[in-house]
Amino acid sequence: MQVLSNTVTNYLVLASILFAIGVMGVLVRRNIIIIFMSIELMLNAINLLLVAFSVFHNDASGQVFVFFIMAVAAAEITVGLAILVMIYRNTGSVDINSLNKLKW
Amino acid sequence: MDQLVFLILSIISIGAALAVIFSKNPVYSVLFLILTFFSIAGHYVLLNAEFLFIVHIIVYAGAILVLFLFVIMLLNLNKTTETGKSMLPKIAGAISGGLLLIVLLGAVKGLNQAEAAQAVNADMGSVKNLGKILFDEYLLPFEVSSTLFLSAMIGAVMLGKKNLKDH
Repeated sequence: MQVLSNTVTNYLVLASILFAIGVMGVLVRRNIIIIFMSIELMLNAINLLLVAFSVFHNDASGQVFVFFIMAVAAAEITVGLAILVMIYRNTGSVDINSLNKLKW
Repeated sequence: MDQLVFLILSIISIGAALAVIFSKNPVYSVLFLILTFFSIAGHYVLLNAEFLFIVHIIVYAGAILVLFLFVIMLLNLNKTTETGKSMLPKIAGAISGGLLLIVLLGAVKGLNQAEAAQAVNADMGSVKNLGKILFDEYLLPFEVSSTLFLSAMIGAVMLGKKNLKDH
């Protein structure tokens, strides 16, 4: 047994800040690659929070769940980058403003 | 000691995360993202989650960021291509993100923080313990995730093909 001196509130604040930075990146940037990176940032904030809660509640299921989130994130980023390459081939840029066919 | 390490790691991760979304060159963004992920791996060490520490470094720093760098180099995107005409959507996005942060921090502040520093099981995040749980309770999701990987691989190959009509 070991005593951790950080409370779960510290991790809550840190994960909230990281998540908000990720949201801000998705909203502010127009480059698809940076938007993907911001999504990864948000996933990591959630992972960190899940691990913190799992440790502080003595329940290992949370860490297994983080493992599955990592697996899904890897699959997601593979398909997303393949789509990005296709977009670049068809439109010649990675700016999301060039994808306005579905805009009203 | 623990809190000092936590503070340093938090400052590194937040600063690097801000640098990710504000640097102009996508290659620098990827490098700062690597720094962010390593500091998050440090947080996992601090939380005694050694299995997730290893998996995080292998999956994120080893696979995902290499994929990002590979795509950036392949498409030759390491220059600024932002159409910076209108500032209004950027300001609106930044304000919305800041408001979300305020809401989240307000929700955190509203919690009752009864729990002080508490004893935790140091052996919980070990490879042995998590492996037992993973192959005992979560065997079916583990196998299903392999199907997910297979479909993702097939999807990536199909999307990456030059022209489907030629084949």
